Amino acid sequence: MREFGYQRADDVSGAVALLAADPDARFLGGGTNLVDLMKTGVERPARLVDVRELPLDAIEETADGGLRIGATVTNSDLAAHPEVRRRYPALTQAVLAGASGQLRNMATVGGNLLQRTRCGYFTDLSKPCNKRAPGSGCSAVTGEHHNHAVLGASDHCVAVHPSDMGVALAAFDAVVGYETLDGPGELPLADFYLPVGDTPHRETALPPGALITGVTLPPAPVAARSRYRKVRERASYAFAIGSVAAALDVEAGVVREARLAFGAVASRPWRARAAEAVLTGAPADGETFAAAADAELAAARPLPDNGYKVTLMRNLVVAVLTELAEETAR
Amino acid sequence: MTTATTGRTALRGVVGTSHTRVEGRDKVTGAARYAGEIPFADLAHGWLVLSTVTRGRVRSLDTEAVLALPGVLAVLHHGNAPRVDTDYIGLLGIPPDPTAAVFQHDWVPHAGWPVALVVAETSEQAREAAEALVVTYDEEPHRTVLTTGHPDAHPAGGVMPGETAKGDLAAGLAASAVVVDEEYTTPEEHHSMMEPHAATAMWDGGRLEVVDSNQGTTWIQSELAQMFSLDASAVRVRSEHIGGGFGSKGLRAHQVAAVMAATELQRPVRVVMTRRQMFTLAGYRSPTLQRVRLGADADGRLRALEHRSLNQTSTVYEFVEPSAGVARVMYDADAHHTANEVVPLDVPSPTFMRAPGEAPGSFAVESALDELAERCGVDPVELRLRNEPEVGPVSGLPFSSRNLDACFREGARRFGWAERDPRPGRRREGRWLLGTGTAAASFHAGAGPSTAGVTAQADGGFTVRIAAADIGTGARTALTLVAADALEVAPDRVRVRIGDSDFGPAMIAGGSMGTRSWAWAIREAARELRERLALGTPIPPEGITVRSDTTEALGALAQKERHSFGAQFAEVAVDPATGEVRVRRMLGIFAAGRIVNPLTARNQLVGGMVWGISMALHEEAVRDRTSGALYAPDLAGYHVATNADVGDIQADWVDDPDPDDPVGIKGVGEIGIVGAAAAVANAVWHATGVRHRSLPIRPDRILSAGVPASGGGPHA
Repeated sequence: MREFGYQRADDVSGAVALLAADPDARFLGGGTNLVDLMKTGVERPARLVDVRELPLDAIEETADGGLRIGATVTNSDLAAHPEVRRRYPALTQAVLAGASGQLRNMATVGGNLLQRTRCGYFTDLSKPCNKRAPGSGCSAVTGEHHNHAVLGASDHCVAVHPSDMGVALAAFDAVVGYETLDGPGELPLADFYLPVGDTPHRETALPPGALITGVTLPPAPVAARSRYRKVRERASYAFAIGSVAAALDVEAGVVREARLAFGAVASRPWRARAAEAVLTGAPADGETFAAAADAELAAARPLPDNGYKVTLMRNLVVAVLTELAEETAR
Repeated sequence: MTTATTGRTALRGVVGTSHTRVEGRDKVTGAARYAGEIPFADLAHGWLVLSTVTRGRVRSLDTEAVLALPGVLAVLHHGNAPRVDTDYIGLLGIPPDPTAAVFQHDWVPHAGWPVALVVAETSEQAREAAEALVVTYDEEPHRTVLTTGHPDAHPAGGVMPGETAKGDLAAGLAASAVVVDEEYTTPEEHHSMMEPHAATAMWDGGRLEVVDSNQGTTWIQSELAQMFSLDASAVRVRSEHIGGGFGSKGLRAHQVAAVMAATELQRPVRVVMTRRQMFTLAGYRSPTLQRVRLGADADGRLRALEHRSLNQTSTVYEFVEPSAGVARVMYDADAHHTANEVVPLDVPSPTFMRAPGEAPGSFAVESALDELAERCGVDPVELRLRNEPEVGPVSGLPFSSRNLDACFREGARRFGWAERDPRPGRRREGRWLLGTGTAAASFHAGAGPSTAGVTAQADGGFTVRIAAADIGTGARTALTLVAADALEVAPDRVRVRIGDSDFGPAMIAGGSMGTRSWAWAIREAARELRERLALGTPIPPEGITVRSDTTEALGALAQKERHSFGAQFAEVAVDPATGEVRVRRMLGIFAAGRIVNPLTARNQLVGGMVWGISMALHEEAVRDRTSGALYAPDLAGYHVATNADVGDIQADWVDDPDPDDPVGIKGVGEIGIVGAAAAVANAVWHATGVRHRSLPIRPDRILSAGVPASGGGPHA
């Protein structure tokens, strides 16, 4: 493999400066995705700036009652945090549904948001891929795509975002904080990932050279009753073929507030706002839940071999919302 | 270690009692060295460069640029590599797969064909240079999709006749009250053993030394000797610890490339495959397209049986996945036709993979039997017992022993089969539909000629030397127990040394024949040694050594149908909303000869059953039609079962000593996977009322096939 430089950053401004000094440098968090991509040649950085030891490993309460999660908090620590478990249980469930214990001990929150698709064409240098080699074409549209996107994709790319954590963060209106040479900034998760369009290689709205410093979760009482369900092709250690993060607040049989996000169906964690609109103010029953799913999935554009995902997501939405409604009723 | 005896086979001694692996401590502490990590002075590292096109010719290789890179010592390719001989018949009675004879010509017969070896001072330098090597090709159109009715498909032999036929099939089917006529498919599957292929080659005093990870040192020794036109005595192959083989660890590109480079550079050269390279260089199980036609009387007795199986092979080598061999052993009918067909495509050569033929073949036949049971209204266990043949259905030979009925009766009792409601889709538990299924299993029981040396030492200890291979099976431990009993001493006085071709010719670890073949040779040598020691001769410092050779004894064996048998039972839960399938329980009861070491034998059987779950639900290598190469060929893209996919799993056996084997062994390496996928698939039908005839039964396939609203029909 290509020789590369390695430097450990001491503080946030130093890390940002180190990266800015070398256009071929990359930040290294847990390395659970980047190092794999370096082995296969998809990533060939000249320098790694290790940010894992930066003092960004805290989970703190915000003034308004939300949580601020540092970028280098490990997936394991995030999932185990008592306030995360109490206030945003779907986030804990989502993180624990991903990877393995060993990987979660290494993987960081910042890195999780920036992990790359596991599309087999993206990771194979011998095949065309617009995300890896812009303009080379998308092999998946006419090739293997049974686990590719049904929402928000384009003819240029049908890859899905692999994160479980991100799906729960999308449901809870997370805001991503970052640092650049010009100072700090913020991006709501809803604006963090760019639409695919004809530029699938451009994945996020982060300014060049920005370092993610943390994620802020605003207070969301509805999230205390939330759930993450993930379906995959084996019982553990696989990426989702479809997942749902959901929260539901029901009063007197009527949905007061609902949060819904989908995983493994789009190039980003997919916030299901059309479904939420149907749910809000409607009776908390199976009919409503199915109508909500249908409203969101009306935009689905399945390929020949991934149409099952529309059925799967509809079934998952109904199943998870029904469970939450039954819990609320108790 | 324990020296207690257990009851069922009431013989004195340690064979039949559980012992942990003699090298277990070395393995768990890391003291056991594997081929890719043994240090050598002055070691150079080779990295294979594989073709990025699927068919064509190498037009050019820009070796100049790569030779200028740091540490690079040589680039071997078709333009400068030594010529080797592939026109010979190897130890297994078959010619070598020319894929291993690297760099002999410029044509590329499949994606991932080895086109060069870059050798450098370090592994990292070799890899970087290999990835930097610019190779240009003249590309040609390729064919990589296996379909029925392919014009080039033809019946083919291999380890067994391509076709067998007796009776009038059309008449038999026409006269049958019930007919099943279905097609079944299994996908491309890969061995995916934990330890990648690795070999180090060096010349030492005019002798070629190869330190390798393989399934038979004298096998690889004889192949390399013939390929490089050397005397067998001028080649020594060692393979001490092996992290899994499953049929894939024979002669492959890495050993040959390492020998070429070591010859060229006159220093030790190591070549290791990456996981991705293994997906094109290490062999695989071909996808199969199978058709089964069964005709039976209303009571389920077979009148007609046809089983045809088609597999793909490469354009350079014909490998037959003999799936249609299953019914030649398992089921008889007046009209009985079977055929293995093969079609060459622009794909890598497939090879032996755990239970070649039986694993995919039993999925088709045992699924069809389940469909017949359903249509006849006969219990699936009873249906199989009704169709037990007296003699080999094709050969007419007697069975050495056939204890399938005992397996089914014991298995059904322990599994609680009698309480099963035969109607599908009746059991529900929360979001899960529950179902149970069963299938029969068989695997050939044989032995191959082997030699062994047993030495009595002056200190009272004994050393056994045999070119056996412990590919993770526990063979070293089993042979220690066999030797201890044969010498009538405690096992701690016996040291078994294996994995060295200098110990003389021996059977490979393959075909479930290793332990039986080696045990036979050890027993022979030990018996003669004991006779000599009984004379009271004092033992000289160099010890007394007796050697044995079982060639003659095996040749004298009467012709019989020799097989292990088994009954598989599975309980699954299916979520019809998500398509998830979970195997909750699995039980396999086997008649597999005398069990030498229950601890490791159970490990073999359970391991096979776990692989059966994996085959049923997970494993599928997907070939990209446009490029002709595999999609996502690594262990993230190619799913094998995880611990969480395996529920309560148990394997046990009935008493079944082989009457013609000195120890009573048959072999347990492969039978565990046979029938396992069918038992799971049959359970999925019982849970949902929907038949899945294509593996693996993934969630998308469950969802696409649909599930009847109430599971399988109206509730009673």
